[in-house]
Amino acid sequence: MVWGVVGVLALAALWELYKLVGPADGWLVGAQEGVTGSGIRLLPRTSDQAMPHTWDMVARVIEPVTRAQGALPLGVVVLLAALTSLGVAALGWLVGVVVGFALALLMLGFRIAERAVLPFVILSQTVPLIALAPLIRNWGSRLEFGAFSWESWMSVVIIASYLAFFPVAVGALRGLQSPDAAHLDLMRSYAAGWWTTLFRLRLPASVPFLIPALRLAAANAVVGTVVAEISVGFTGGIGRLILETAVAASSDPAKPWAPILGAVLLGLVAAGFVALLAAFLSPFRRQETVA
Amino acid sequence: MSSPTPSMPAPEPTPAAESTSVATAATATAGTATATADATEAVVARGVERVFAGAKGAEVTALTGIELAVHDGEFVSLIGPSGCGKSTLLRLIADLDEPTAGEIRVFGKTAKQARIDQSYGIAFQQAGLLPWRSVAANIELPLQLHGADAATRRSRVAELLELVGLADFAKHYPDQLSGGMQQRVAIARSLAEQPRLLLMDEPFGALDEMTRERMQTELLRIRAETGAAVVFVTHSIPEAVYLSDRVVVMSPRPGRITDEIDVRLGDAADRGEDLREDAAFFAGVTAVREALHGPETAPAAGAARGVDVR
Ligand SMILES: Nc1ncnc2c1ncn2[C@@H]1O[C@H](COP(=O)(O)OP(=O)(O)OP(=O)(O)O)[C@@H](O)[C@H]1O
Ligand SMILES: [Mg+2]
Repeated sequence: MVWGVVGVLALAALWELYKLVGPADGWLVGAQEGVTGSGIRLLPRTSDQAMPHTWDMVARVIEPVTRAQGALPLGVVVLLAALTSLGVAALGWLVGVVVGFALALLMLGFRIAERAVLPFVILSQTVPLIALAPLIRNWGSRLEFGAFSWESWMSVVIIASYLAFFPVAVGALRGLQSPDAAHLDLMRSYAAGWWTTLFRLRLPASVPFLIPALRLAAANAVVGTVVAEISVGFTGGIGRLILETAVAASSDPAKPWAPILGAVLLGLVAAGFVALLAAFLSPFRRQETVA
Repeated sequence: MSSPTPSMPAPEPTPAAESTSVATAATATAGTATATADATEAVVARGVERVFAGAKGAEVTALTGIELAVHDGEFVSLIGPSGCGKSTLLRLIADLDEPTAGEIRVFGKTAKQARIDQSYGIAFQQAGLLPWRSVAANIELPLQLHGADAATRRSRVAELLELVGLADFAKHYPDQLSGGMQQRVAIARSLAEQPRLLLMDEPFGALDEMTRERMQTELLRIRAETGAAVVFVTHSIPEAVYLSDRVVVMSPRPGRITDEIDVRLGDAADRGEDLREDAAFFAGVTAVREALHGPETAPAAGAARGVDVR
């Protein structure tokens, strides 16, 4: 916790330091005279436009979002958006974890399933998100029965879970297969069935593999949510807010940084949640030491 | 099954045992007659063979023509060079593996049925404790799996902890124990359901000499208290002689039984530490050495004191 604060302060100091010593116009290599956008920028610009002061960013957070009457402070708007995204990401994470775990169990139970499913699980992650988002929105919009109709946040959940399930499926499978032959022999000597072996041996043994997988899934769900919000067109989340404030960057350079920090906060909360889960499961993370 | 005779040396293995046993029914076929005889034995192996399919169609004959009877309450050691199939034989008895030929009976039942009925307890070279369970919970595992109620479990675990001298360590976790302590927990776990047969695969293999000797004495005491039959795999001649009623000597390529030596140094209950100094002990060591290496390489009984005790 203390080191986290120190880290943030160090980052802010680094920002200000670069802003102080870096060239105002950055550093371009191979730029052609009079052609804008030519050359390769090796160092970013340090103007207030490109890199507002850290204290300006903080100050901007407490100011209202717009000049309109009764507008909420930017910080509140960002927090609300982050909270919305957190809810969507959490749902996506949960769906991803459930699906990932179910796939891992399927692959554990049936050798054939492992050979048939695993390549597709891996292949699934090579489909770019950008290609996927419109597809899912399109399919979703055709779903309609009774009072149920597809909402755009559901598409975001699907995309987030699509990114989250992969590490869980792979990590859980590795964890469930991790007990050594001696432990499996022991369970067999107790005439324990598949389910008993699963609950008493494989599940507890999978925890050390599962925790990093859940952490990765949480990070993926957050990134997936933010990106999917933009490509699906879901309003109200942090991803959309990043896009909206970016438009205002030329007149209000400190503004877009608030939702970006909001997204970072979102990631931290997600990581914190998994850390809490890990602490809860810590008894299962003991490693046997053979003296 | 014969009436339990705890700590009493089992009768001599006589080939006549089968024919003298009483067939239950007049119409009994030869098969049921042997089955009745088998029921008085803890383990019977008949013509057991285990061939492993190796790479590229090559075959490894881990065991062939195994004939073995372990009487109820008898302590039998399996000894032999590495790769002679000791672990394989033990795994076959435990029904963790199946023979490619022959049959194995445990208390007159098939090995599979015996496993399902929990007729044996087993301990391996590695303690194999579940790291996320405390010592008490590890010992409790078989009881829990077989639906014993909480009160029974608690009292039985307390009893077993007492037996292996770990009463103060009930709440510890395996990673907080020494190797010898872990091994004792594993032995307590194997005893949890009061099996009439104990299968042990080099349980003291990873221990230092001092701990090992103490554990051997403890095992004899536990065995005297429970009256269970034991099949004990070991590499150590003195260990086999000290513990056993009978030492079964095995030979590799193909794995087979080459000799059986009756040791029977005395009642398990009053076999003390001083027995290790006894002349009968050295005679037993020499006999097993000769069976293993042939008489020319074995030293005289008097020189056996300098034998490698591992
Ligand atoms: N699962 C298996 N697959 C193939 N071959 C096996 C398998 N298990 C054992 N073997 C072979 O069977 C033979 C006997 O093995 P086993 O483990 O029973 O020997 P062992 O007498 O217990 O040896 P050690 O004293 O070293 O433990 C060995 O040649 C081994 O290579
Ligand atoms: Mg072995």
